[in-house]
Amino acid sequence: MTDTILSVDNLDVSFQTYNGVIKAVRGVDFDLKRGETLAIVGESGSGKSVTAKSIMQLLPKKTTMIDEGSITYENENLLNYSRKEMEKIRGKEISMVFQDPMTSLNPTMKVGKQVVEGIRKHQSLTKKEAYNRAQELLELVGIPNAKERMDAYPHEFSGGMRQRVVIAIALACNPKVLIADEPTTALDVTIQAQILDLMKDLQKKTGTSIIIITHDLGVVVNMASRIAVMYAGEIVETGTLEEIFYNPQHPYTWGLLQSMPKMHQDRSVPLIPIKGSPPDVSNLHDGCPFAARCPYVMKVCHDHVPDKEQVSETHSVSCWLQDERAPRIKQPDFTGGDHVVQTKTR
Amino acid sequence: MLRYILQRSGYMIVTLFIIVTITFFLMQLLPGTPFSNPDKLSERQLELMEEKYGLDKPVPVQYITYIGNLLQGDLGLSFQYEGRTVGSMIGERIGPSALIGGQAVVIGLLLGVVLGVISALKHNSFLDYGSVFIAVLGMSIPSFVFAALLQYYIGVRLEWLPAALWKDYSHSFLPSIALSVLVIATVARFIRTEMLEVLGQDYVNTARAKGIGEVVVILKHVLRNALIPVVTVLGPLAVSIMTGTLVVEKIFAVPGLGEQFTLSILVNDYSVIMGITLFYSALFIFIVFVVDILYGVLDPRIRITGGKNDG
Repeated sequence: MTDTILSVDNLDVSFQTYNGVIKAVRGVDFDLKRGETLAIVGESGSGKSVTAKSIMQLLPKKTTMIDEGSITYENENLLNYSRKEMEKIRGKEISMVFQDPMTSLNPTMKVGKQVVEGIRKHQSLTKKEAYNRAQELLELVGIPNAKERMDAYPHEFSGGMRQRVVIAIALACNPKVLIADEPTTALDVTIQAQILDLMKDLQKKTGTSIIIITHDLGVVVNMASRIAVMYAGEIVETGTLEEIFYNPQHPYTWGLLQSMPKMHQDRSVPLIPIKGSPPDVSNLHDGCPFAARCPYVMKVCHDHVPDKEQVSETHSVSCWLQDERAPRIKQPDFTGGDHVVQTKTR
Repeated sequence: MLRYILQRSGYMIVTLFIIVTITFFLMQLLPGTPFSNPDKLSERQLELMEEKYGLDKPVPVQYITYIGNLLQGDLGLSFQYEGRTVGSMIGERIGPSALIGGQAVVIGLLLGVVLGVISALKHNSFLDYGSVFIAVLGMSIPSFVFAALLQYYIGVRLEWLPAALWKDYSHSFLPSIALSVLVIATVARFIRTEMLEVLGQDYVNTARAKGIGEVVVILKHVLRNALIPVVTVLGPLAVSIMTGTLVVEKIFAVPGLGEQFTLSILVNDYSVIMGITLFYSALFIFIVFVVDILYGVLDPRIRITGGKNDG
């Protein structure tokens, strides 16, 4: 039994569209260790969800091409699995929680039945046992009156409650890996905190490894032990929570941290956004994908993709600034103090 | 729920009453009289005839008499056939119409769903384009064209099925097939559009993420949600097909309600026109009502709670 439960190696995913081939994910590498929480952050269109869905193989078969790489779960490459074999993995070994709880439950099926469905698929329980198990799960995720609520339809739940149901469905068969694709983006801030607490709580009880996908660094601080920063389908920087927040190396990570509001900062100081917009992934040039927006861009950035450099054993970055020939740059002040202080006190 | 049904029944009666009134007065505008060869009758004879059928009285009085009879469930006597009640005439004619229509709806629904599902699952493939082509063809070409083609090729040339008339059960096949084309096309088109929409929904991915097999996902999660809008179009379509389609019944010489209806309009058989219109409207209103109830069964979001206003 190794320490790593799931590893994605050099994954390339592209889509066939009318406008040509779109390379959504390019050479993504990461490992997920048992019991840890890994956050994948990046802006919209950076390939976070595509990476998650390719692990579950939920992308449309006809238009998706996984050109290269492997997704190894418990020493087996999931990309070689047939549809039937994948069905045994989904929900039982690896589960997924989707972004919008308002649309991720079937509107015409009682929630209890939606939870039972997954249980009955993977565990040989009688109807009655599965029903009881589903009710326990709803109680576990904090739904009041679980017994009566089993017979309710999704529209009778609030957004936060629905997300709890979705989490209950995902956890129904004690999966070893839970992929949460922006689980709190569609929720109110107070409910966000509740859902994150719930996920942390459940992780403690079940020991599930979590991949949390988000563009909200606040969520990351609360949940993750390691962070992978994605940009234009590539992971540009990976490190522990402390490494990314205290000692980020990639200009894109700096930009993300700078554009985050800080609690103790003077409100008259404007946030610093990252200039420009994400590149069109259907038309990428040779160099570093961030070159066009990078304030520290050098000539080499436009022509050659930077190699991955290890900053420490756990921290790696793909940026030409790491090269010994690059000029030394004074990092901008992105901490603003409070977010990092917050992690320390937790 | 009971309150809702009672309320709806009230509305239904009001609607019917309005339809009766409008039809009654519109019918007075039809040219001619209900009597064949009125030119050959003397003035005295005409007067006697009109008196016998109550046509000498002012129109409002006739109207009140008619409503009075109607409330007692009496649709009146035919002007054309001596001693025949309108009720018995409808009863006799509805059988063949309902049989060919009902069969058409069943065939249409089954084939339409299959075609629509294949089309949606094989989106943008040759199969998809093929079935869309069939659907467009079925919707745009009137059913009497198919009726004529079927009659000639299958009935006359190949002699596989009886080409016309109404003797035994096999005589119902060709008219049913001819009528089913429109149903197939309508259902297939709706199912395809709705399936494509539902397939893109997040909850389909949730279902797949649970590890549910693809067939179960399609049947339990996708098709069920895609069927809801189809029910809306199918209800009224079924009524109009089952209550008799004028041309197709004429082509196959089926003694159905549609044929009777055309006939009575041609000879000003007032009471029969009224009776059939009323029957048709009542059935239509009733089916719309059933569709509304069915909607709630299929989609809990619009389930009528009636009184218990927490849903």
